[in-house]
Amino acid sequence: MSDESPQGDADAAETVEEIAIADPVAAAVVEGFPGSVAVESHGQSVVYVDRGVLAEVTKRLRDAERFTQCTDVTAVDHAADVERVEIPGVVRERFEVVVNLLSHPRNARIRLICQVPEDDPTVPSVTPLFPGANFPEREAYDMFGITFDGHPDLARILMPDDWDGHPLRKDDPIARIPVTFKGDPAPR
Amino acid sequence: MSDVINEPTAEEARLGRQTDEGAQELRPRQHEVVMTGGVWPDDDETMIINMGPQHPSTHGVLRIMMELDGETVLQAKPVIGYLHTGMEKTGEQLTYVQGATNVTRMDYLNCLGNELVYALAVENLLDTEVPERAVWMRMMLVELQRMASHLLFQATNGMDIGALSMMIYGWREREQVLRLLEMITGLRMNHNFIRVGGLAADLPDGWQQATLDVCDNVEAGVAEYETLLCENPIWQERTQGVGVITTEQALALGATGPILRSTGFPWDLRKAQPYLAYDDVDFEVIYTGNGDVYDRFLIRLFEILESVKIVRQCVARMPGGDYRVQDRKITPPPRGRIDESMEALIHHFKLFTEGFKVPAGETYVAIESPRGEVGCYLVSDGTGKPVRLHVRGPSFYNLQSVEAMVPGSMVADAVAIISSVDPVMGEVDR
Amino acid sequence: MGLEAVPHNFLTGRLEDLVKWARRNSMWPATFGLACCAIEMMATGAAHYDQARFGMEVFRASPRQADLMIVAGRVSQKMAPVLRQVYDQMVEPKWVISMGVCASSGGMFNNYAIVQGVDQVVPVDVYVPGCPPGPETLLHGILTLHEMVRTGEIMKRRRAQGAGAGAGVQIDQVDGIPSPVRLIGTQA
Repeated sequence: MSDESPQGDADAAETVEEIAIADPVAAAVVEGFPGSVAVESHGQSVVYVDRGVLAEVTKRLRDAERFTQCTDVTAVDHAADVERVEIPGVVRERFEVVVNLLSHPRNARIRLICQVPEDDPTVPSVTPLFPGANFPEREAYDMFGITFDGHPDLARILMPDDWDGHPLRKDDPIARIPVTFKGDPAPR
Repeated sequence: MSDVINEPTAEEARLGRQTDEGAQELRPRQHEVVMTGGVWPDDDETMIINMGPQHPSTHGVLRIMMELDGETVLQAKPVIGYLHTGMEKTGEQLTYVQGATNVTRMDYLNCLGNELVYALAVENLLDTEVPERAVWMRMMLVELQRMASHLLFQATNGMDIGALSMMIYGWREREQVLRLLEMITGLRMNHNFIRVGGLAADLPDGWQQATLDVCDNVEAGVAEYETLLCENPIWQERTQGVGVITTEQALALGATGPILRSTGFPWDLRKAQPYLAYDDVDFEVIYTGNGDVYDRFLIRLFEILESVKIVRQCVARMPGGDYRVQDRKITPPPRGRIDESMEALIHHFKLFTEGFKVPAGETYVAIESPRGEVGCYLVSDGTGKPVRLHVRGPSFYNLQSVEAMVPGSMVADAVAIISSVDPVMGEVDR
Repeated sequence: MGLEAVPHNFLTGRLEDLVKWARRNSMWPATFGLACCAIEMMATGAAHYDQARFGMEVFRASPRQADLMIVAGRVSQKMAPVLRQVYDQMVEPKWVISMGVCASSGGMFNNYAIVQGVDQVVPVDVYVPGCPPGPETLLHGILTLHEMVRTGEIMKRRRAQGAGAGAGVQIDQVDGIPSPVRLIGTQA
């Protein structure tokens, strides 16, 4: 690769800018829940919250701030990260649970990210607030092993019920079998 | 369908049979059963049946467990996972250049749409803008894909509800769109054409006339479907008032797309949060108010016409210029240049072996697929492969609305309702 | 009971030909569409490519009434037992076409979730390559199978190897418009 790195500077990407109350919703969350950190990620409003208050924050956003729909609940495993963005005020753990919310009246989105440690992968469930989060939380449990407290029916959803392991974890192997093509000297 | 046990009226007792009013109820009334010496079953004797995963009308490998009280469905629970392909894990093994091949197979009826949302997410992390021609080409291709998807919906929905000839008619129009897509992208499905930085190739010669011909034929086809189905009393009986969902239920369950729009909520990401050049073209958001199967059918039918409108505008206004960004770190050089320039050779080599690196960060980009909001949540760690590639498939959420729509209806209605949700199991299970 | 129970001599020769002709010309597929290949299988059944002209008039939902199982799409771990169960419910003589690369070998998904080739689960008679194979390729595969049934070749192999054993014939992909469309690209 030549010396110029791809679009944007690698250094600037390492620290994400904090918006000073540019997004009033994010500001309200930070004010109401001390310890939360609001950032702007590529034009999107993200708030890093403590996992203990995830359900309360979601409830506040749903009721007071009119976030009508939970569009996505997912998880991320950062165990194999080469480089991770530093957010001042956020203690990084292995897993993250990400909740994307959409407000139709405001026509705005917000993302809540909470850090989930490896030794205690539990997070309060947002299913009681948004019944549509039922399936995605089951998927996060199935794929990552993160349990959601308060979920009505936390069971595997994509893998067979008796499957061993959590496939999207970085230490769970992809289980690729060696393949031989015609004319290959050995399996790849 | 009530549980109220009626004493026979004087007329019924005299005639010894049910009057017309009760003729719809197939179950015998309690007094008849008791009179003939039978045993009236307890109210809590229900039957649990299994529909799928191999079934002629579960759209793909969907399994629905239904609890029935006679012919009435009390509860329906979708069981999924029969098409889980580990695409998100595979996505972590593929470079960003290869990524489109993976996401395109998730919602296999909206292949170009999946590729678009992935490309938009990566371009968001790269902070690149693609040239105008690329934007308009992408928009045209995605709208053609929407037409093809909705035509397939008309075909399969018609077949599920019993209008078997719809299967043939819908595919007739869809074949034309697929032939056009094959002319432009090289493949009928799973195109891998919308890539990070633009598209894989430019539009071929003669595309304008071919596209306009397809638009004309599709419009004629839609007029035929309208004549066949919209005022058809059998169709209306089977679909109106069936599978009703309210706006509150739809929002709470995360349902988007035609399901949400059928409840009277005119939310379409192309209008609300425009991407590509949707704020620059003229089209309507189709929405209705009853929230039933008929409404969803109508919405998808008229969305085909809106897509035709958009495609016509794209044909008329397609800008010239590059079809991909000229940054050699992201898009490969033209094949001819590889023989001439050492740099081009190196760029080509690097791109197709290692791919390009994306700065660390995370982003969520959402667009409007024929089924609703399809989103791509991408987390990168500065290397050439993503840390997490998660696609928010609309059908994954829309399927949950089945649990709200089906209870209280008959088994045949359950088939109609599942068909109106238009699930694609590829994006449900990924 | 079946053709095999009839004693073979010059008198039953015409009867055998009749049975082979009937089996070939009226081979009804069971619906086993799983993923993208199912869409192309439906296209093959639709008006333009029309598999009904080859006798594959209807897709029988019930495996008991079907002769041919076209496994169209990727078979996941959860689906494999279902696949086997449907195959077992079919009545002899039955044939299997593995449509697409995912069914034939796992395709591009060489991972924990996909069975690497349905021949791990059911015996396959014709492998149809493509991702997805266009209707022309699928018809080529179907007609290859028809030819094997018409000549009786496939039944001889079955008798030698045991009922239900697959012929395992691989065909070439034959789609694509061989048109002189020239793609113009802008120069750097």
